[in-house]
Amino acid sequence: MKPFAYVKPADVAGAVRAVSGEPGAKFLGGGTNLVDLMREGVERPDTVVDVTGLPLDTIDELPGGGLRIGALVRNGTLTADERVRARYPVLSQALLAGASAQLRNMATVGGNLLQRTRCPYFYDHAAACNKREPGGGCDALGGLNRSHAVLGVSGSCIAAHPSDMCVALAALDAVIEVESVRGTRRIPMTGFHRLPGDTPEIETELAPDELVTAVELPSAPFAARSRYRKVRDRASYAFALVSVAAALEVRDGAVTAVRLALGGVGAKPWRAHEAERILLGGPAGEESFTRAAEAELAGADVRPGNAFKVHLARATVVATLRELNTGEGTA
Amino acid sequence: MRVNGAVESLDVQPWVSLLDALRDRLGVTGPKKGCDQGACGACTVLADGVRINACLALAVQYDGREITTVEGLASGEELHPLQAAFIRHDGLQCGYCTPGQLCSAVAMLAEHRAGMPSAVTERSGELTEAEIRERMSGNLCRCGAYNGIVDAIRDVAAQEAR
Ligand SMILES: Cc1cc2nc3c(=O)[nH]c(=O)nc-3n(C[C@H](O)[C@H](O)[C@H](O)COP(=O)(O)OP(=O)(O)OC[C@H]3O[C@@H](n4cnc5c(N)ncnc54)[C@H](O)[C@@H]3O)c2cc1C
Ligand code: SF4
Ligand code: FES
Ligand code: FES
Repeated sequence: MKPFAYVKPADVAGAVRAVSGEPGAKFLGGGTNLVDLMREGVERPDTVVDVTGLPLDTIDELPGGGLRIGALVRNGTLTADERVRARYPVLSQALLAGASAQLRNMATVGGNLLQRTRCPYFYDHAAACNKREPGGGCDALGGLNRSHAVLGVSGSCIAAHPSDMCVALAALDAVIEVESVRGTRRIPMTGFHRLPGDTPEIETELAPDELVTAVELPSAPFAARSRYRKVRDRASYAFALVSVAAALEVRDGAVTAVRLALGGVGAKPWRAHEAERILLGGPAGEESFTRAAEAELAGADVRPGNAFKVHLARATVVATLRELNTGEGTA
Repeated sequence: MRVNGAVESLDVQPWVSLLDALRDRLGVTGPKKGCDQGACGACTVLADGVRINACLALAVQYDGREITTVEGLASGEELHPLQAAFIRHDGLQCGYCTPGQLCSAVAMLAEHRAGMPSAVTERSGELTEAEIRERMSGNLCRCGAYNGIVDAIRDVAAQEAR
């Protein structure tokens, strides 16, 4: 690991000051992604600003029925919160579907939002990777791309966004609160991550000197009926090939509210706006679920290794919506 | 920090992992280095009773904390019930993953008692085999001693319930 200076500020003002005008500084949460990437030489910060001493580790009620989740809340704590489990089960389930209990105990909400891709070439210094070394090329395009994305990809990068939590947050219309020396601003989750375009090294709208302070979940009564489904190679402790976060409200056979987001297939956590548009107001049933899934995936840009994801995603969307519609297996 | 009850004061560079600090600086070699990337669980230790992967933890982040490794589970000569059960049920072969498995299992039982959910049950119910396998999925065993590990944990969970 490249040597670095370490600071551990006790308040938010100190943390944002520590990175202001310091392009070589990086925040450190639980370390489960950053320490790994530093050890691999992919991340090489001069200064590491440990944010785990900041008082941002509470989950609070928002006026109007939402929740405000501090950026330092550990993933494990969030899975267990009774309010989250009752009001936004999709979020608790998404977190429980990811990583291991040990990693969830360490990982923070802020770090999970900013975690980087698991594309194997990104970690491999012998490979060409535009995300690691802009302009170097992308070995995944003609290489092993079974795990890669099919939606929102570009000729520069086809990496899939790895986070389960982010897929649930995209479905729930979460808002990310960030702070810097310039003040506070709020970024909608669906606009927080960027598509790769020709700058795959820039992954979010967050400026390098901005700290994530909280995630806000707006009130969403229909989300009490929501579900996360993840398909992967091992039963547990593996990243998603395809995942679906969904909330569905049906009255008299018609869809009165729906939220749908996909993981494992998108260059960013993929909110399925097109599918939602088709579903809303229409009949709830196999035919419309399939039509909506197909419309969302119509723009898929596949390679030989990941073409299977289109079918798998369609089947997983339909199965998840069916489950929510019939009530089987929901909490 | 406190390691297995003893106060240890050491100066480490900020890039030294908790695992390396324990093993190379303090001679606490129970926690093992399997993958050094969070993927195997051999390095599992408890920080204030919470299980973590010491390979992805920077030692400086754990300043002032209470760290427990497999060496700290027994009380004197008396094995921790899980240690005894691992022996009874053949929960190990080569033993490389065992210190991590034991620390993980101790914390897993505590998490279950505290009502932590898992991907298997949203409500913390009975510790079935599927439940134990899911909750222990962060600890791999290359020898495939999983059946013995699960039996040992079930045995101790049943003892606790009595
Ligand atoms: C073996 C393994 C398996 C995994 N499996 C899964 C899985 O199945 N599903 C899944 O979703 N994830 C999985 N993960 C990833 C895991 O969820 C992330 O590593 C974790 O969420 C990152 O959180 P952290 O607090 O440890 O982040 P860190 O490693 O501390 O930081 C990650 C990034 O976030 C930045 N950062 C941290 N906090 C802030 C903040 N407050 N404001 C601004 N920037 C910040 C850091 O600068 C860094 O760039 C796995 C990880 C491992 C090692
Ligand atoms: S897909 Fe993206 S991350 Fe992977 S090698 Fe190509 S540029 Fe790098
Ligand atoms: S050595 Fe830490 S998880 Fe493998
Ligand atoms: S007993 Fe050999 S790795 Fe588990």
